Amino acid sequence: MVADNSSKSLSVTLRVWRQAGPAAPGRFVDYPARNLNSNMSFLEMLDVVNDELTKQGEEPIAFAHDCREGICGTCSCTINGKPHGPGHGIATCQTYLRSFKDGDVIVVEPFRARAFPLVKDLVVDRSAFDQIIQAGGFISVRTGAAPDANSIPVPKPDADLAMDAAACIGCGACVAACKNASAMLFVAAKVSQLGLLPQGQPERDQRVLAMVGKMDELGFGNCTNQYECSAACPKSISHDFIARMNRDYLKASLRSALKPTSNASGGGAG
Amino acid sequence: MATLDSKVPSGPLADKWRKHKADIKLVNPANKRKYEVIVVGAGLAGSSAAATLAELGYKVKSFVFHDSPRRAHSIAAQGGINAAKNYQNDGDSVYRLFYDTIKGGDYRSREANVHRLAEVSVNIIDQCVAQGVPFAREYGGLLANRSFGGAQVSRTFYARGQTGQQLLLGAYSALSRMVGAGAIELHTHSEMLDLVVVNGQAKGIIVRNLITGEISRHAADAVVLATGGYGNVFNLSTYARGSNVTAIWRAYKRGACMANPCYTQIHPTCIPVTGDYQSKLTLMSESLRNDGRIWVPKRKEDRLKPPASIPEEDRDYYLERIYPSFGNLCPRDVASRAAKRVCDEGRGVGESGLGVYLDFADAINRLSESGVRERYGNLFDIYHEITAENAYQVPMRIYPAVHYTMGGLWVDYNLMSNLPGLFVLGEANFSDHGANRLGASALMQGLADGYFVIPYTIGDYLASQRPGSRPSADSAEFRGAEENVRSLTDRLLATKGKEPVSHFHKRLGKIMWEHCGMARTRAGLEEALKLIPALREEFWANVNVPGSAETMNQSLEQAGRVADFLEFGELLCLDALKREESCGGHFREEYQYPDGECKRDDANFGHVAAWEYQGADRAPLRNTEPLNYEFVKMSVRNYK
Amino acid sequence: MAVTGVILIGFVIGHLVGNLQIFQHPDHINGYGAFLHGLGPLLWAARLFLLATAGIHIWAATVLTLENRAARGTAYSVAHTIQATLSSRFMRWTGVVVLAFLLYHLAHFTLGTAQPATFKENLPHYTMTADYKIAGFPVVPAGAEVLDVYSMVVRGFQHPLVSLFYVIAVGLLSIHLLHGFDSMFQTLGWRSAKWANGLRRVAIAFCLVYFLANAAIPGAILLGKVRVPAAAVQEASTR
Ligand SMILES: Cc1cc2nc3c(=O)[nH]c(=O)nc-3n(C[C@H](O)[C@H](O)[C@H](O)COP(=O)(O)OP(=O)(O)OC[C@H]3O[C@@H](n4cnc5c(N)ncnc54)[C@H](O)[C@@H]3O)c2cc1C
Ligand code: HEM
Ligand code: HEM
Ligand code: SF4
Ligand code: F3S
Ligand code: FES
Repeated sequence: MVADNSSKSLSVTLRVWRQAGPAAPGRFVDYPARNLNSNMSFLEMLDVVNDELTKQGEEPIAFAHDCREGICGTCSCTINGKPHGPGHGIATCQTYLRSFKDGDVIVVEPFRARAFPLVKDLVVDRSAFDQIIQAGGFISVRTGAAPDANSIPVPKPDADLAMDAAACIGCGACVAACKNASAMLFVAAKVSQLGLLPQGQPERDQRVLAMVGKMDELGFGNCTNQYECSAACPKSISHDFIARMNRDYLKASLRSALKPTSNASGGGAG
Repeated sequence: MATLDSKVPSGPLADKWRKHKADIKLVNPANKRKYEVIVVGAGLAGSSAAATLAELGYKVKSFVFHDSPRRAHSIAAQGGINAAKNYQNDGDSVYRLFYDTIKGGDYRSREANVHRLAEVSVNIIDQCVAQGVPFAREYGGLLANRSFGGAQVSRTFYARGQTGQQLLLGAYSALSRMVGAGAIELHTHSEMLDLVVVNGQAKGIIVRNLITGEISRHAADAVVLATGGYGNVFNLSTYARGSNVTAIWRAYKRGACMANPCYTQIHPTCIPVTGDYQSKLTLMSESLRNDGRIWVPKRKEDRLKPPASIPEEDRDYYLERIYPSFGNLCPRDVASRAAKRVCDEGRGVGESGLGVYLDFADAINRLSESGVRERYGNLFDIYHEITAENAYQVPMRIYPAVHYTMGGLWVDYNLMSNLPGLFVLGEANFSDHGANRLGASALMQGLADGYFVIPYTIGDYLASQRPGSRPSADSAEFRGAEENVRSLTDRLLATKGKEPVSHFHKRLGKIMWEHCGMARTRAGLEEALKLIPALREEFWANVNVPGSAETMNQSLEQAGRVADFLEFGELLCLDALKREESCGGHFREEYQYPDGECKRDDANFGHVAAWEYQGADRAPLRNTEPLNYEFVKMSVRNYK
Repeated sequence: MAVTGVILIGFVIGHLVGNLQIFQHPDHINGYGAFLHGLGPLLWAARLFLLATAGIHIWAATVLTLENRAARGTAYSVAHTIQATLSSRFMRWTGVVVLAFLLYHLAHFTLGTAQPATFKENLPHYTMTADYKIAGFPVVPAGAEVLDVYSMVVRGFQHPLVSLFYVIAVGLLSIHLLHGFDSMFQTLGWRSAKWANGLRRVAIAFCLVYFLANAAIPGAILLGKVRVPAAAVQEASTR
């Protein structure tokens, strides 16, 4: 024996949400999965089940995945009611079968939120996140127009905190876990990252107003500060960023209400 | 026979790019919005290109098979990105970065391209910082650097272990800004399945919507492919599961040349395979080799014994033994091959026998456990998460895995393929890394191509195209290409065999790994060239793709990609067979120095091999582009 | 929400402080009542403001709840909570019970419809034995005839069921405030990991004190520690 990882065999029942398309009715279907290796990842188990289904001429379970190492944010199962499964600070693809016991019934559902419409089985459409970023999740800098990188020093604590926020993988587990299906954590992470850096200051107010506005428009729920999001987040993004964004938002609303604006029309450079 | 004119500008090395930019044709700003450019892929290369072209005023259509541009495989890069900023004042310069890259690539890349890459590397860092990429900083607030393999200076910029993610999010934010502004039309869940060539020029693509199954035609004035690498031809690799060769393979079948497909990079420190259900290999940072010692038991019989019970005298620290001066830090390809050799001898550890120990016991004695934790804690955590082993107590087990592909579609200095109007960026092209890529330079190349090269060079081509001259998507060529896609899809669905797609992918991967992996031989390659066509035949007779083409159908997506790998794998092996030398990531056992170092044959193989499709039933044509080293002398790489 | 929350918290604290005067001589609470009633239009302004705040709070809570339900779409079949506190999850229920309490409370002490017999307007007037001072200024002079709020409260709470309802309601309100307090800081952006634990402790302490102080009033009355002065009892019984 090499170590405590030597494989054990286990069998479980998967209770999987099957739904052919957004308009089709959905239901749970049980699939026995036998003699699995405990070193298998959860998604590898789905691969195995899918190969079996295919051999039996049935349609395999559609599920989203890509990198399989917890960085792309594609995988999106809710396992026994918890987005990304039982682990803490990891994504579905980093969940291994050793987290389960022989004989377990494992309920697998898609991330559920109205703003993430179901595509098929366990796959949902998270393009709402892209729309929020398109509304303002950037610093407007044209390629080639940047000053020398070291001409803008960034205090290390700020840079580190910005990186904490930037670690978000855009998976949507925060929305899936929040009792209100609120996207606050995702939006707060982006707003905070850019708001913490000097480069992000000129558009700071505009950015938070635009992004929060877009989020509201897209049908996400409202935050009631329950902190399920940060607990489910595979990157353990802190809900402190939500407080930070709330502050930014209040300030920006005040300032945009009071700030004088120039009457000059654009294009002065002719 | 394709003409491979590299279009490298004349003049001194350091002036070529500046001169070229001054010489190439420009598109009048008012005309820019009359041109439509298709960009396929939104990794570092695609996102940066789409954003920049849109900023310039071109109408851009961006296509990705992912559900969001932010998911591209670039997101997984960990280590960092090189740039010749010389912020550390340790003697770095554009020339040094250029030289290191040329040498690292084992003298199989184009000098002018590499020099340009080194030149624009400095602009990349400026650009990314301005976008808000949170690079690591020193206490004074200035940018921090680390050093990386193959370089004697500290020139690697990084954002924790998530450099690729942060750079991609930067490029994605630039792309998103232009989508928000209406300058880019974004098509997610859209897989390019064919290239449309009209009068010898690339003028559009055929796309399948992966959610609805709808097939659509898109015409443009130019097509840019930035679709990443093809390492998944080996099935198991450090690539994301979705990475594929389809876009460039289908472009190849439309006449674009495929250059150096056999140049593949194998990374020595990955977590070994545990079973045949395995879908993915995870990279452990190379930095572990700074403090870990690599060994296997001296005797086969000991390979399953608990490592702690194997006394010092029964261990073989083989890298330290064979390469006394570089030891555990010898280059990726050398370390990988050595691991393969000891495992082939039957001394590999772990259940599968495909693994070697990376032992931190000495480091823990020297630095204490907390010292090791401070340096590598997160890596030990990742390792634990995957293997459930505590590497502070038991040595890690590692094994080499496919990690990067240097080959790709052939492009000239303008990044245009031999098909006019078809541009290829990032890992999808063959351009800058020669036969081996240095750490932290793929990210640099992707962003260089997208932010700083294509925006200039595409203008040179577009200026030669009359505005409004792009063909209609209803023309015969488009309809023909669509028909081609439909018939392929229908054929896959109609086969109704017994085995799932993954079955064939796994078998192909095994053939490739065994016969065309870390070490290649004539006999092995010839064997592979028999096995692959047979497997391909079996695939078309016995694959089972359930479901229909009118909805999301992941089996169908996978089937199309594996069908292409089954063709492409053969070309890869053929290229490896015909390149009768060893260089960089291509190691032919017949061609080595006594110490196991690559034996290049500059006289006969100092060229790029660019394969040209001749039709389904005919062998492809091997064109060559000679590599003229004007500025650097080709010499033997030596890391002893 | 947060704004109404701040106002409501402010009110309940102020109200509690006022009510704690029950432990003092009846002059205090009765004087206080008289003072408030003497404010006339100001009192009405305050009442309207409070009513509006409560109205907005409830309206906002309703909208929030409806929106949040809709935002989920299809519900999960397995409900799982990782760390959300009970108080945060039952805000609606604690809120509704508090509302029910409030209505009863108004009927009880403000309108007199719940227990008309002991309603302040139906009790004999109380004669102040000393000046009632606020910040040293006498606001209700000795000898003034005022409503006997003191007796009303004491008699009201002498019914164990009424008291029990009060205690339960105040308990739930405390739980409502436990999350509300924390939440307000987060919503206004004044909370961060550095002092989140401290804040939580303050919130718990605040709610505990708030609950105990509130419960002390009916508790003390039931235990007979606070009683209606003998004179008043006699006077009432001779009527
Ligand atoms: C684990 C790992 C770590 C790495 N670490 C480093 C590092 O530290 N430093 C470094 O420099 N390099 C590193 N690399 C290499 C580097 O990450 C890649 O070479 C680089 O990111 C490739 O970028 P790209 O833009 O060319 O392609 P990708 O990022 O792969 O993007 C491909 C894009 O094309 C799209 N696409 C593909 N096919 C189609 C199709 N048919 N139709 C439509 N869209 C399509 C995809 O949707 C995607 O958007 C690492 C690689 C790996 C695997
Ligand atoms: C029908 C009655 C009530 C209902 C339905 C109700 C419901 C709610 C809801 C749903 C919230 C939001 C939860 C959150 O933001 O986390 C809330 C917050 C709050 N409530 Fe109530 N509530 C009621 C009455 C009251 C009363 C009477 C008070 C105080 C005396 C009160 C004080 C607060 C406070 C302080 C908050 C926190 C505000 C914030 O989140 O910033 N509520 N209430
Ligand atoms: C044991 C605790 C309480 C006691 C003894 C008490 C006592 C009283 C009294 C005596 C009055 C009438 C004042 C007057 O008109 O003279 C009153 C009014 C009121 N109380 Fe309470 N109360 C208690 C708890 C609460 C709580 C917990 C709330 C809120 C949630 C509350 C809300 C009100 C309101 C809104 C009024 C009406 C104020 C007005 O008429 O303007 N009370 N209370
Ligand atoms: S905040 Fe966390 S849970 Fe939400 S999208 Fe980002 S990584 Fe996922
Ligand atoms: S769980 Fe939901 S309520 Fe707010 S703090 Fe997180 S978004
Ligand atoms: S598959 Fe990429 S995060 Fe899980």
